[in-house]
Amino acid sequence: MDILNALVVFLNFVFIPAAAYGAQLALGALGVTLIYGILRFSNFAHGDTMAFGTALVILVTWGLQALGVGFGPLPTALIALPFGIALTSLMVLGTDRVVYRFYRRKKAAPIILVMASVGVMFVMNGLTRLVIGVDEIRFDDGERFIVTVRDFKAMTGLDEGLALRSTQALTLVVAFAVMIALFWFLNRTKSGKAMRAYSDNEDLALLSGIDPERVVRQVWIIAAALATIAGTLYGLDKSFKAFNYFQILLPIFAAAIVGGLGSPLGAIAGGFLVAFSEVAVTYPWLKVVGYVAPWYEPGGLMQLLGTEYKFAVSFVILIVVLLFRPTGLFRGKSV
Amino acid sequence: MSDQNASFGNRGNRDASVVNTRGMGTIDGTRKSGPVGAGRTGDPFLIGEAMTGGYGRGADILHDCTISVEKGQIAVIVGPNGAGKSTAMKAIFGMLNLRQGSVRLDGRDITALNPQDRVKAGMGFVPQVNNIFPSMTVEENLEMGAYIRSDDVRRTMEQVYDLFPAVAEKRRQAAGELSGGQRQQVAVGRALMTQPQVLMLDEPTAGVSPIVMDELFDRIIAIARGGLPVLMVEQNAQQAMNIADKAYVLVQGANAHAGTGKELMANDEVRRTFLGG
Amino acid sequence: MASNRQATASANPWRAPLLFAVLAVLFVLEGTVRNSMFSGSWNTSLAILNMGLISAITALGVNMQWGYAGLFNVGVVGFLAMGALAPVLVSLPPVEGAWSAGGPRLILSLFVGLGILALSRLAWDRTRKGWVVALVLLVGFFLFRGLFDPAVQAIEGNNPARHGNIGGLGLPVLVSWAVGGVFAAGAAWGIGKVALGLRSDYLAIATLGIGEIIVAVMKNEDWLARGVKNITAIPRPVAYEVDLQQNPDFLSFAQGWGFSATEASGIWVKLSYMSLFLVVLLVLILLAELALKSPWGRMMRAIRDNETAARAMGKNVTRRHLQVFVLGSAVIGIAGAMMVTLDGLVAPTGYNPLRYTFLIWVMVIVGGSGNNWGAVLGSVLIWFLWIKAEVWGPAAIAVLTGPLAEGPLKEHLLDSSPHMRFIAMGAVLLAVLRFAPRGLLPER
Repeated sequence: MDILNALVVFLNFVFIPAAAYGAQLALGALGVTLIYGILRFSNFAHGDTMAFGTALVILVTWGLQALGVGFGPLPTALIALPFGIALTSLMVLGTDRVVYRFYRRKKAAPIILVMASVGVMFVMNGLTRLVIGVDEIRFDDGERFIVTVRDFKAMTGLDEGLALRSTQALTLVVAFAVMIALFWFLNRTKSGKAMRAYSDNEDLALLSGIDPERVVRQVWIIAAALATIAGTLYGLDKSFKAFNYFQILLPIFAAAIVGGLGSPLGAIAGGFLVAFSEVAVTYPWLKVVGYVAPWYEPGGLMQLLGTEYKFAVSFVILIVVLLFRPTGLFRGKSV
Repeated sequence: MSDQNASFGNRGNRDASVVNTRGMGTIDGTRKSGPVGAGRTGDPFLIGEAMTGGYGRGADILHDCTISVEKGQIAVIVGPNGAGKSTAMKAIFGMLNLRQGSVRLDGRDITALNPQDRVKAGMGFVPQVNNIFPSMTVEENLEMGAYIRSDDVRRTMEQVYDLFPAVAEKRRQAAGELSGGQRQQVAVGRALMTQPQVLMLDEPTAGVSPIVMDELFDRIIAIARGGLPVLMVEQNAQQAMNIADKAYVLVQGANAHAGTGKELMANDEVRRTFLGG
Repeated sequence: MASNRQATASANPWRAPLLFAVLAVLFVLEGTVRNSMFSGSWNTSLAILNMGLISAITALGVNMQWGYAGLFNVGVVGFLAMGALAPVLVSLPPVEGAWSAGGPRLILSLFVGLGILALSRLAWDRTRKGWVVALVLLVGFFLFRGLFDPAVQAIEGNNPARHGNIGGLGLPVLVSWAVGGVFAAGAAWGIGKVALGLRSDYLAIATLGIGEIIVAVMKNEDWLARGVKNITAIPRPVAYEVDLQQNPDFLSFAQGWGFSATEASGIWVKLSYMSLFLVVLLVLILLAELALKSPWGRMMRAIRDNETAARAMGKNVTRRHLQVFVLGSAVIGIAGAMMVTLDGLVAPTGYNPLRYTFLIWVMVIVGGSGNNWGAVLGSVLIWFLWIKAEVWGPAAIAVLTGPLAEGPLKEHLLDSSPHMRFIAMGAVLLAVLRFAPRGLLPER
């Protein structure tokens, strides 16, 4: 029984939250890694693209709610998501047209694109603030829980309860579907393969008749979609606050690099690795240990690091992986 | 180098966490094509006529240079290092600014087309280096060659595999893992997948062993005898002249000699200067 | 500033003096003209200038790393924060009872922590086995926490309402500026050693991470600088306004210039700071220029422009990069200590990467990569615009929304108009990158 209780506590406080967070990071890291692999620079504006996309989704959600449109037990934001993606794609394509295309034509060194992305980051950040402000916003509606602690206890008779929030389940389902779709696109469709070809060898892709501008457009649309989905899921799960989306950039970059920049599979693995380590290292294990080893009485909470230091965790993982495997877990484009 | 590049020099381009320089291109893919004009009567199948120009805003590399190839023939371009052989190929393919001259293919003037559209117009090009997609499988490399085609490509793929049985066995392997000669075969195979009307090869035998080189030449002859005109740049002048129906000797971006391979081999000056005796 | 040799060599010899003159005019306007654009207060004008000078020193540090060596440091905020710790630990008066509560134990635990890291490195070198290193780190971690936690609890328990921190040494605050540089240099050495030693650089992501971590440490380690409870009353190197206002000599002096006592004392304090900052800035620029023209500087630039060739000539590129990274970070650390001194306050929640990392980058790029005077010009100019955008933004929005009917939309736009400064800064950076990528004062 105690083992089961320990397992439930573990699932409730570590596994489920980490899995949901990992899925959100993975989606973000996929966007970063695709842009790195195909457009050849790290997009510092990605966090703010996520915030911008989510802000649009929230606006559409409010509009739908005002019209009385709902999605039953699911959050209304899910209906708003396609609109958010479409609008964010337009924004991002516009940015590419105004900012990045010029440097592509000049065949400018990628570092200039990085700098430009810092400029875009400022603009996007300002736009998001302008559109929706800096306050914390909760926009999840519909059914809050799939399994509540009380139901779970009544069902199983265990001392510990397990809660599964609908946003967590939704995150996992949506993220899984998106990842499958992305892999199918990259490995099975002609456009997806063209994208990989462009990433491998730009000139040869062009000499094979692949239109580079089309590839670039597709990458931006996919990145915008991934950013909006990741941002919306993150916002549904926690809450929306523009600044948090800027801060999530570090774990996202860490995930992408740990997995191997340019490798989509790596981005996913990296996302989950970073998320699980963050949660595991900052979780107070006292309760779990209490069930597994009741005879042992530790002095403290059995927490390795305070939650404030979760950034440190992603950073340490990053350093360790880079020291021992410079190309990342899955071989990325960078060496 | 553009102003944008010169401005930052080499700064930051070493930091792998922000920049990815692998596989970066040199051809401007944003350029739009201009209109296709009419050809001239009596033209060879492909001709780059009186081409003058250079890269970007730089100095001219080609001076009034003319290269052509007829159906079913092999034309080779030879010349000393830095004579502009590869540049002439690239000019024909639309990768540099022509100030004068025109490129005509099969009765059409394609001078204003960008490289992408030249592929669609029926030209296949195998660059000297970086001519495969290293992280993709051999099969995917060939599929990418057939990117512009919407019909069934399996027959062409089988033909390529028949031509290069060595790579057929490795069709599921990443092309970057193959040996130098096999990569070269994949590269030629990729270009053939387009079903081009003319095949252009930039030093296909550079850096491969003599045995592999002979084999590659055999294959190229086979391709040409199959009816596909081949235009190639070759470092190895002697061997190239042996198989050439037409040969061009370039010196400093201009035509120095032209004729059949045999004629040039018989020409004393050419022999002394380029063939080492 | 007119005798700028680098800029005179560029196309127009008058470019640098002219731009600096324009900048000066802006500050004079801010000090004298009172309308919807400018405040007409010398106090405001000088306050902007002082912060601009500190930004200039920060930008100088970044410019050393970026301009001389091409290193992309996105952890500026962390090195500033590192420098900010120095006045707290060096110049604050000692806290009664803090040292006896756990000082020695704390120092010991920190040394043990460093020792463990060194030991793990040694273990790796000797055995080349990952699990040995992991074991050393794991055991070491618990040992460290065992020593560290009680010490921290004791110190934080010492009069927590007023102190709860370890306190300082009571040394002059100017000393702490140099110490701030040393602190930041130490952090930079640690991170550079790891991130620059890999097969290719991972400096950007590493600095991004270390920046966040340093700020997190500052927020959460109350024993260090009271965390989010902030530390006020950092000692000043210049006079206090209150004292000036009670000084009859000063009052008559102020009257002679036609200023009120409060205004004059504010201006006097700011001018004193300005002189101090200018001295530091000019000394740093002098040193930087001398370094750049020395064989060391030529080698740095040779490495930056062609690393392969430099390597082939037997130059130890990684070592040089580490050197310049540490030096640049030290300059940033000095700026961090100066900023805290100017504010008289350490407030870790204010250390926002957008403001303290990326805005500095805008300054460097706008000023001109690799040009020290450019960094100064860019910093002061961008800082001026950043502050004024808060005023001009709403004005611009008000004009733009003038024809709009009164309503929630107009209200919302007017409310959020201060955020326009972000858009403006982004636009400035993008415009410079596109139309003058070498910046206002190009290198050489």
